[in-house]
Amino acid sequence: MVILQLAVIFMFLAVGELIVWATGVPVPSSIIGMLLLTMSLQLGIVKPRHVEGAADFLVTNLGFFFVPAGVALMSCLNLLSGQWPAIVTASVVSTIVVFAVTGLIHQYTRKHLPHNGVSRK
Amino acid sequence: MEFLENSYFLLALTFIVFILARIINKRTGLILLNPILISVTVLILFLWLTGIPYETYTAGGGYVEFWLKPAVVALGVPLYRQLSTIRKQLLPILAAELAGCVAGIVSVVVVAQAMGATREVVLSLAAKSVTTPIAMEVTAAVGGIPPLTAAVVVCVGIFGGMTGFRVMTMTHIKSPMARGLAMGTAAHALGTSAAIDTGGHRYGAWASLGLTLNGLFTALLAPTILELLGA
Repeated sequence: MVILQLAVIFMFLAVGELIVWATGVPVPSSIIGMLLLTMSLQLGIVKPRHVEGAADFLVTNLGFFFVPAGVALMSCLNLLSGQWPAIVTASVVSTIVVFAVTGLIHQYTRKHLPHNGVSRK
Repeated sequence: MEFLENSYFLLALTFIVFILARIINKRTGLILLNPILISVTVLILFLWLTGIPYETYTAGGGYVEFWLKPAVVALGVPLYRQLSTIRKQLLPILAAELAGCVAGIVSVVVVAQAMGATREVVLSLAAKSVTTPIAMEVTAAVGGIPPLTAAVVVCVGIFGGMTGFRVMTMTHIKSPMARGLAMGTAAHALGTSAAIDTGGHRYGAWASLGLTLNGLFTALLAPTILELLGA
């Protein structure tokens, strides 16, 4: 069963890779694969049981998979000398902006759109 | 000492360091002692002390990193489970996520450019709010430095998890849905876990929705926004 679930996941990844290769869009192949998987589940082409076990394993362990990727930081530290003040300031300011903008827009549109913003579908 | 360069030894070491880091994080309950941050620091220190080059490490570590892409594809399953929630509040959610995503990318790029960051660094910061696997993929796609993105993303998550609710109280964001959504949007998984700690699983569901949608929008929009900003 796990083999089948992994096969489905890698198939969607491969289709994502194909689309990136064919069109040259600068969007990660994995994101395209994720969207296609969501759509296929919604349309019933893929049943949840065809992916769930392996998908849940991968999603709950996301953190572990990027540890080696983080270790790569050691090979680019020389590129970053003198850049830290800009990196830290920009990240802090922008994170505060994201909190304020996301929260305020959601609160505002829910209050002021007709039907409380609930779609009529 | 030659054995230390064995790729299976380095692979096993990666597992062990991460498991220990997770135990330390659970025991202390300190958000600052994030397991990823501890593991990366310990492994870099180990390689530096033993003089093992990064290229040797990737021979083992690469087996773990390989799973990043399929794991992002797998995020399609939780997104599918949340579709019914999204449909009930389509407009407020989409408006908030789009605005948050664009504001996040534009603000980080403008500030970094103004402070004289190099082009590669600016490109690496664009995806700083979204969950690391997606962020690294976005950075790789636009030509930045993925490991820098990984480090920044984890730090942003820790900072956001610690300050988010205070920032939103100051800006009069009171609705639990808006607060949960913003936690996931600005501070990905670490914001989500902070949201669960503060407001329980109802907050957490909104936060994980914010995390997924901002990841998606950032992946789709970052290349265009970066081009418009001349980065």
